[in-house]
Amino acid sequence: MDTLFAANSLAEFLQALLTLVGIPISAETAYLIAVVTHVALVVGWFGLPAGLFIWAERKISARIQDRLGPTRVGGKFGWLQSLADGAKLIQKEDLVPKDADGLMFRMAPYIVVVASLAAYLALPFSDGWTAVALDTGLFLTLAVLSLEVLGVILAGYSSGSKWALFGAIRESAQMVSYEIPMALCALCPIVTAGTLNLNEVALLQSGGIWNWNILHPFNFFAFFVYFTCATASCKRAPFDLAEAESELVAGFLTEYSGFRWSLFFLAEYASMFLVSGLATVLFLGGWDDGLGILAAIKTASPTGVGSFLANAIGLLFFLVKASVLVCVQIWVRWTLPRLRIDQVMTTCLKYLIPISCFLFAGTVVYPLVLATMSGKTSIIGQPAGERLVQPKKAAGVSSAGAKNESHLRITATGTEGSSR
Amino acid sequence: MTAEIILFWLFAFLTCAGAILVAVSQNVVRMAFSLVLTLGSTAVLFLLLGADFVGATQLLVYVGGTLVLLVFGVMLTATGPFTRIKSSPADAILSGLIGVVFLFIVASTVTAVPWVDSEDGNDISQKIKIGTHTKSAEGGFNPAQQGNTTRPLGLSFLSLRADRDLKLGLPSELSAESNTAPVVPGASVVMPGVTPPPKSSVPPSTGYLLPFEIVSVHLLVVLVGAAYLARTKRRATT
Amino acid sequence: MEPTPDKFLFISAVLFVCGVVCMTTKRNGIGILMGVELVLNAANLNFITFSRFTPLGLDGQVFSLFVIVLAAAEAAVALAIALNFYNNHLTIDVDRGDELHG
Repeated sequence: MDTLFAANSLAEFLQALLTLVGIPISAETAYLIAVVTHVALVVGWFGLPAGLFIWAERKISARIQDRLGPTRVGGKFGWLQSLADGAKLIQKEDLVPKDADGLMFRMAPYIVVVASLAAYLALPFSDGWTAVALDTGLFLTLAVLSLEVLGVILAGYSSGSKWALFGAIRESAQMVSYEIPMALCALCPIVTAGTLNLNEVALLQSGGIWNWNILHPFNFFAFFVYFTCATASCKRAPFDLAEAESELVAGFLTEYSGFRWSLFFLAEYASMFLVSGLATVLFLGGWDDGLGILAAIKTASPTGVGSFLANAIGLLFFLVKASVLVCVQIWVRWTLPRLRIDQVMTTCLKYLIPISCFLFAGTVVYPLVLATMSGKTSIIGQPAGERLVQPKKAAGVSSAGAKNESHLRITATGTEGSSR
Repeated sequence: MTAEIILFWLFAFLTCAGAILVAVSQNVVRMAFSLVLTLGSTAVLFLLLGADFVGATQLLVYVGGTLVLLVFGVMLTATGPFTRIKSSPADAILSGLIGVVFLFIVASTVTAVPWVDSEDGNDISQKIKIGTHTKSAEGGFNPAQQGNTTRPLGLSFLSLRADRDLKLGLPSELSAESNTAPVVPGASVVMPGVTPPPKSSVPPSTGYLLPFEIVSVHLLVVLVGAAYLARTKRRATT
Repeated sequence: MEPTPDKFLFISAVLFVCGVVCMTTKRNGIGILMGVELVLNAANLNFITFSRFTPLGLDGQVFSLFVIVLAAAEAAVALAIALNFYNNHLTIDVDRGDELHG
């Protein structure tokens, strides 16, 4: 069980630092502190986006509409507006309609919240800073994200209201359909990297912006398709049919109030951050700074304080990149009109699925074609294989275990070998 | 270890409770969501058994796909809100009795089996313990020792038995065997024409390429068939 | 307290029996489908248990993957049939599908 939580790098750092200062600390204590820190990180980045991005959304939407937005609570910029909103929502009465199926009505928000929290399990925040470093990372994340739709259906069905039922059916049809192109596009960088482990995918892109997957011609388009589908699967505008207030009151949220309503919002903003983080890891280099500085630091000192600080700075890069993507989602929401439901389905079934199939096939064939023509598997940057078969700890694979490195090497040479 | 035992008992309980609720409940929607509980907990049991890819597939395909389909079916065929079609009490009692007897038979069979390996006489449950993760040497990765079945499974769908012939699933043996050459047994076999003889005397086991292809064609046929069946026009008789 | 194979097999037996009871007692067509899913899941749990505790190895996991995929296919077809049944009978009660009953 102990390495199920990949807290080793932090534990090692704590031990090294405290021994340096003069307070010796046992491995178990360091490990415990590291685990607690990681739990705090995951839960924090589940809860924080809701507060932060609701405030950001209010400010951004206000600026887009030539307003000021919240200005009073907590000083000049209304920093504490979300906190005040939260306090207000918790105080509200928790209503259950007479026609509703009480138990399931109460249960639905928790399913949604648990699904979007559990999806954070495999998301790496920085090199090795992930709750569970699973070999099936992306697969599990997509699987858990797809559970959210069950909570939505449950909420709509058990509300005993036609608006809620319409909203839930629209919503679930949309989420189920958009999962397919989303998964296909998320698989494009996976094919490029040759591993489902999100940490390894991000490590493969470290060392400079030229190594990022977004500069791969097919992954470049896959990124935009992925982002569109991710926006749709988070029920964000222009795909927020479920909550189309002009037609459906508030969709599946119609009958919810107070705390349970705010749980849905918590989950929505958390999954917005999650899909953005996933996009960052898959396409935008994860925690890489784009210039190779962090990777160089980690090559210089593979373990201990230097590597830890590089990881901590990498965490900042990751958070900034993901937050920018969330802001793009907010920006899109307030500048694009809502689609009709048939337009939403047409976009997915007639355009996005064929496009993503083409992109997936292209990503598979591209290195083979390139290798037969030019003998290299990429135009820009180092081919993935060369990034890996270099001597140990050259490409920032420092903190990866030796066994994983051998795994990586298998993949790399595997693709290289079969491409010639 | 203790955490895994707690997880096991928790999810074992949830699995059984959900299954019993499915059998007992009369409300179809509640049945569907008890089924979600059961299948989700079973996925966790799969993860505890070290089958992480199967567990994730269970979540993605079963819970996220099949069950959503079922719930859609419930919604489309419901005549009123929260439909109940009750079975007669006599049926319920009879089937419940038969079920209990049946469970007793199966359970007594299971417990009657001595879980001992026929070859060396050791207790199987002691031989491979759940949760034998070892602390990885450096860095934050899981050791590939257990649970990381994605790659071997993928190779087995390409007719390569990684766990049997190539010993890819067992990194400890792997590093002991081939220190000098980079670990590329998988890659060297993939290349056409170059097939190194298997190290063991056992003939190489076959993989699952053909079943995999058959299943994919089967899925396509099912997709077309289901679409055809479902698109017939509504004609209300009676 | 240790999770041993017989405990997993017992869970799978519970799943199987519940599935069979569900299939025999429910009159709702979709309820019967759910029973089938439970039975298939019991089989899956057995496969995975044996792949863990016996030299069966990966074979068990591969088989359970096939079972999952085929169960999805089965559910799709069965649901299409159930919807057709509903279109023809305006109910999902399978006891009503008895026109061929002399």
